[in-house]
Amino acid sequence: MFELETAANPQKLRRVAIDPVSRVEGHGKVTLLLDEDRKVHQVRLHIVEFRGFEVFIEGRPFWEVPVTVQRLCGICPVSHHIAAVKAMDIIAGAKQIPPTAEKLRRLMHYGQILQSHALHFFHLCSPDLLLGFDSDFTRRHILTVAEQHPEIAKQGILLRKFGQEVIRHTSGKRIHGTGAIPGGMNKALTVAERDELRRDVDQMIAWSKGAVDLVKQMHLTKPAFYNRFGEFDSNLMGLVDERGALDFYHGGLRATDADRRILFDHLDYARYEEVIDEQAKPWSYMKFPHLRSLGEEKGWYRVGPLARVAAADFLSTELANQERTEMMAVGNGRPPHGTLLYHWARLIEVLHSAELIRDLLDDPEILGTDLMADFGPRQEGMREGVGVIEAPRGTLFHHYRVGEDDLVKFCNLIVSTTNNNQAMNEAIRHVARTFIDGNEVTEGLLNHIEVAIRAYDPCLSCATHALGKMPLEVDLVAPDGQLLSRRQRNMTGTAG
Amino acid sequence: MPPPLAAKPKLKIATTSLSGCFGCHTSLCDIDERILELAEVAEFDRSPLTDIKHCSAHVDIGLIEGSVCNAENVHVLREFRASCKILVALGACAVNGGLPASRNALDVADCLQRVYCERGVGRHQVPNDPELPLLLDKVRPINEVVRIDYFIPGCPPSGDAIWKFLTDLIAGRMPRLEHGLLRFD
Ligand code: SF4
Repeated sequence: MFELETAANPQKLRRVAIDPVSRVEGHGKVTLLLDEDRKVHQVRLHIVEFRGFEVFIEGRPFWEVPVTVQRLCGICPVSHHIAAVKAMDIIAGAKQIPPTAEKLRRLMHYGQILQSHALHFFHLCSPDLLLGFDSDFTRRHILTVAEQHPEIAKQGILLRKFGQEVIRHTSGKRIHGTGAIPGGMNKALTVAERDELRRDVDQMIAWSKGAVDLVKQMHLTKPAFYNRFGEFDSNLMGLVDERGALDFYHGGLRATDADRRILFDHLDYARYEEVIDEQAKPWSYMKFPHLRSLGEEKGWYRVGPLARVAAADFLSTELANQERTEMMAVGNGRPPHGTLLYHWARLIEVLHSAELIRDLLDDPEILGTDLMADFGPRQEGMREGVGVIEAPRGTLFHHYRVGEDDLVKFCNLIVSTTNNNQAMNEAIRHVARTFIDGNEVTEGLLNHIEVAIRAYDPCLSCATHALGKMPLEVDLVAPDGQLLSRRQRNMTGTAG
Repeated sequence: MPPPLAAKPKLKIATTSLSGCFGCHTSLCDIDERILELAEVAEFDRSPLTDIKHCSAHVDIGLIEGSVCNAENVHVLREFRASCKILVALGACAVNGGLPASRNALDVADCLQRVYCERGVGRHQVPNDPELPLLLDKVRPINEVVRIDYFIPGCPPSGDAIWKFLTDLIAGRMPRLEHGLLRFD
C-alpha cells in the first residue's frame, strides 16, 4: 500500500502543518505526522475546499455551460470553456465545426497554455529556483526575482501578457471570455488583431527559447539533484494525434507505463469511464483516479507537461521538438520521472505553444468568417457529450448528459489536478522521506515539500469543483461581523 | 509639490482567495509590467504570490477574492479584517457570493449524497477528516462576516480596473472607476 499515507498510531505523533500551501492557485494544506525522533510517519496533501460545480450545473441550459464552468478556474478558464464546448458541440448536433472555428479555438487554447505556464513558472515558481528553496521566505516572491533578475522577470511578465492578449482577441476578455459556442465560435479574428499578435510572436518564440535555456542551465549546475528530487516511477497519460504527436486540443488518449510501454493508445476519450475509475478518500475533497486495468495501487498515473511530452512520440513544431529530444535524453532510454523536470517540460510547451500560435497566425484560414457548423437533426431522448482537452496542467475531462428540455441532467468533471492527485502525494512523501526524516523541521525544509507540489502546478481552484460529504456548520453572523449563533449537524441531518 | 511616492515607506498589500476561482488574482497579474511600478511603492504581505502565511500586524490594503463557504474562510477573513486598514471586496464572489453561491439553492446534504452515488466512484467514502474545515450551509458574500471598505464588481474586475483603483487609493484620491472599468461581467 502507499507508504506514509496512513500512520499506524496517529494519536502519539506530532502534527506539523503547511497551511496554506502558498504560491499555488487555490487552497490546500499539507500535514505531516512525526514521532519524537522526527521520523516521518504520515504525509498528506489535503484539498480543503468545496464548491459543488458538478451539482449546480445540473438544471442549467446546456448552451450556457461553456461560459459558466470557466468560473471553476480563473487561471485556465479557456480549458474549461473549450472542454465543455466540445461536449456541447456533440449535444447540439454539430459533429464537425468549420475549420476556421477549430483554428480559432486552438489559437485561444494555445494562448491559454502560454499564459498559464508563464504565470506558473515566473510568478509562482521561479523564486524557488532562482533565489533558493530555503532563501528568506519573506522575500521569496516574484518582486525579488524582478529586483535580482530584472530581464528574466520582465520577459516572463510579457510572455504571459501575450498569451492573455491572444485570449482576449479570440474570446473578448482576458479572463472568462465568451468566444466558443456549441457548434463553433461567435467571433472572427480581424486583420488588425492578427497583425498585432503577429508583430510580437517572433519575440515570444525567442523569449520562450531563452526560458528553456534558463531551466537547462539550472539543470546543468546540479543534474543529479534535479533528476532525483521527487523522482518515482509512474504511468503517464496524454492526448496524441493520429501520428503520435502531442495535441493540446484534440486526439486519442494514450497511457503508458513507467518505461513508456503502451497501455492503451488512440482511445476514443468518450470511453474514458471504461479505463479510468476514481476513488474517494476521507481526508481530501479531491478524488484519486486510476487506470482500471491496473487497479488502485498500481494504476495511478501522471498527467501534465512532463507526462504528456514524454508519452507522445514527438512535438509537431521544430524548435520544441529539438528541446524535447534533449530533455528525453536525461532518462537514458526511459522517460524521465523527476518532479522538477516538470518545469523543463512546461517551458518546452511554452515554446511549442508560441510556435503553434505563429503557425496559426500565418494561416490565411484564421481570418475566415464561416464560424458555425451546419447542425444535423437533434437526436431523440437523452443526449450525451464528452469533451476532453490537454489543459495546461494535463488531461481534462468534461462529461454531460442533457434532457429533452435541453437542461443539463448530469455532469462529471475530472480536472487535470485531480489526475495528478496521487502523484503529488507520492512526490511530497518522497521529499519528506529524503529531507525531513530525522531532521530539525525548518521553514526551508518544509518549503522543499511545497516546491514538489508546485512543480505539478496544481490548480486547487479547479480541484475544488467536486463535492465531498462532511458535516455542515451554520454560522449566523450580524452585519458587523459578530457571531450570533453556531449550529452544526452531521450528514444524517441531525442537529448537533 | 508632494514628495514622490517612492520616497515614502512602502505600503503593505495583502491578498487572499476565499471560495473563488483565482480569476481575480489572475486579473491582478493582468496589470502586467505595471506590477514593477507597484513594487516601487508597495510590497506584498500575505498573498498567494508570497510565502507569508499570516498577515503582519499592520497591513495597509487587503484585497479579498472569493466568497465565504467554510469555517476556514471565516477565520482567514477575520484575520484580514483585524490586520488591514482598508479591506476591499474584489470581484463578484466577494461582493455578492458570485457563482459559488449557486449552491445556496440546493440542499447541500442532499446533493452530496447524490454526487457520490451517481458518479462511478469505485469505493464510496465520506471525506470527513478533522483536517477538512467545516462547511457553511450557505455561501455568503464577505460583508456578511466583516466590515468592508470598498467593493470592486466584475467577474473578474479587469487588470485596468484594479490598477486604477490601487493607484487612486495609494495617491490618496477617492478611488473612481469610470464607465468601461466598472462592469459586472
Ligand atoms: S469574481 Fe469571478 S473571477 Fe473573481 S473569483 Fe469569483 S468567479 Fe473567479
